[in-house]
Amino acid sequence: MEKLEKVQQMITNKLDNKTAWERLSLARMIERPTALDYIDRIFDSFLEFHGDRYFGDDPSVVSGIGLLDGNPVTIIAHQKGRNTTENIKRNFGQPNPEGYRKGLRLMKQAEKFNRPIVCLVDTPGAFPGIGAEERGQGEAIARNLIEMSNLKTPIISLVIGEGGSGGALAFAVADEVWMLENSVYSILSPEGFATILWKDSSRAKEAAEIMKITAKDLKGYGIIDKVIKEPSGGAHKDLDKMASAIKKELIDSFGILKKQPIDELIQKRYDKFRGMGNYIE
Amino acid sequence: MLNNFFKKTKYITVSQQSLRRTEENSDNKPSIPDGMWVKCGSCSKVLYKSDLDESNKICNHCGYHFRLNARERINITIDKDTFKEFDYNMISDNPIGFEGYEEKTKKMKHQTGINEAVVTGMGRVSGTEVVICVMDSNFMMGSMGSVVGEKITRAVEKAIDLKLPVIIFTASGGARMQEGIFSLMQMAKVSAAIGKLGEEGLLYITILTDPTTGGVTASFAMLGDIILAEPGTLVGFAGKRVIEQTIRQELPEGFQKAEFLLEHGFIDRIVPRSELKGTLKKILTIHDRNR
Repeated sequence: MEKLEKVQQMITNKLDNKTAWERLSLARMIERPTALDYIDRIFDSFLEFHGDRYFGDDPSVVSGIGLLDGNPVTIIAHQKGRNTTENIKRNFGQPNPEGYRKGLRLMKQAEKFNRPIVCLVDTPGAFPGIGAEERGQGEAIARNLIEMSNLKTPIISLVIGEGGSGGALAFAVADEVWMLENSVYSILSPEGFATILWKDSSRAKEAAEIMKITAKDLKGYGIIDKVIKEPSGGAHKDLDKMASAIKKELIDSFGILKKQPIDELIQKRYDKFRGMGNYIE
Repeated sequence: MLNNFFKKTKYITVSQQSLRRTEENSDNKPSIPDGMWVKCGSCSKVLYKSDLDESNKICNHCGYHFRLNARERINITIDKDTFKEFDYNMISDNPIGFEGYEEKTKKMKHQTGINEAVVTGMGRVSGTEVVICVMDSNFMMGSMGSVVGEKITRAVEKAIDLKLPVIIFTASGGARMQEGIFSLMQMAKVSAAIGKLGEEGLLYITILTDPTTGGVTASFAMLGDIILAEPGTLVGFAGKRVIEQTIRQELPEGFQKAEFLLEHGFIDRIVPRSELKGTLKKILTIHDRNR
């Protein structure tokens, strides 16, 4: 009997104490639920809206309006593909500037109608292409950062998969930033890190541990506000349960955020990011 | 065959003088001590360092703008004896416990003579009081970590307090890897401060200097009310190599240069270094709240 308990303990430990690489692999796997998987289950009456009104419609960003437990919300999300064909269509969740501008357009509209905003973050990063540079990828991200920082409506951002650097941050300047247990959020990919540091991208596993990219790490640093536990083995093992858990957290937290006077909310949001950084005077 | 047997072969007569000249020209180095000459990065002409310093580090053959360090930039921008530095002593900590980071920053301080990759403070530009931040690409490639983020944010908040315009010279290889997620967050932190500056109706000018890339481009560099750039400056978000590897195509001529950005509508003016202070004076005059 004791042995059985020991084995059970070992299994639980193994499942709970994953390495950064293990979590990264879960975050990146093709079976990982995508934004639309959650949107379908969490929100009612979801209507997807398209276009940035200047250039085009970016398929790697899904955005629109819907109801969360009867209350109107705006939803902005990075969308990856659920198979290779879809991934190519969705550019592997790597937005061009028009994706960020579409998101911003809808966020400004949410502000106009006093609608809270939910951002689902899941991107390897902003797309590094010629067109992206020509259309001002840097400016698009920067514009989102500044506009989100004082948007007059509550914002919750949840990293459901990969939080790839500035391309993720552009949808994550929020009152609350959460991560799913196996999600990652980083300044760049471990492969990139290993390449720059050791000229050897195959040392990505090592890099992943050093970089401190897991939800647990970031919660410990106070960079994020909440870690949402996933079903044993990962979100993909029980999508309905995962969606349910997220829905409950959103309802509870928006309930609290909506009660705050907007000026206070924005000041708190400012202070949150204001306090990030370690230095010696 | 016999034709060439009795042909007189031509020899070059070499004098001592011409020998020396040939030597000089062959490896393009004048015979003066190291450190007193510099090769232009653009036209490859050899320039005497003292000449270069006198011309504000612009090649007098082709106009190529050499990089300035923070002190040099402040000296040519801020009126003499008016600069007051902020947060001089601030140095980096090691938030994610990155091995070797403390040694690296110590080494950089030693090498560059500044404590971090940005110098902030206030001073006058042709008589107008401004808050100024100058990034220095010599310090860890001008990478932005907590200190850069904090110093700039404080400078901007000071400007809000004193109701002053803010001028930032950007120069950066991007976010500082060694501080991980903390570096990423500086993008949001500084952008938020710029947002507050804007709400107060205060002027924000950025001058993009070579190179301005990554997380700095994707945050405060591209948020200026007015964005200026020096000629030939490299300005971009993603690195050239990353783009090439991703799209497996050759990049167009002049890609990610200031001129390219101007064409595509992302900067207000390209201003040669010799005209920069004059341009700033004009802008500040027009924006003077006491007009």
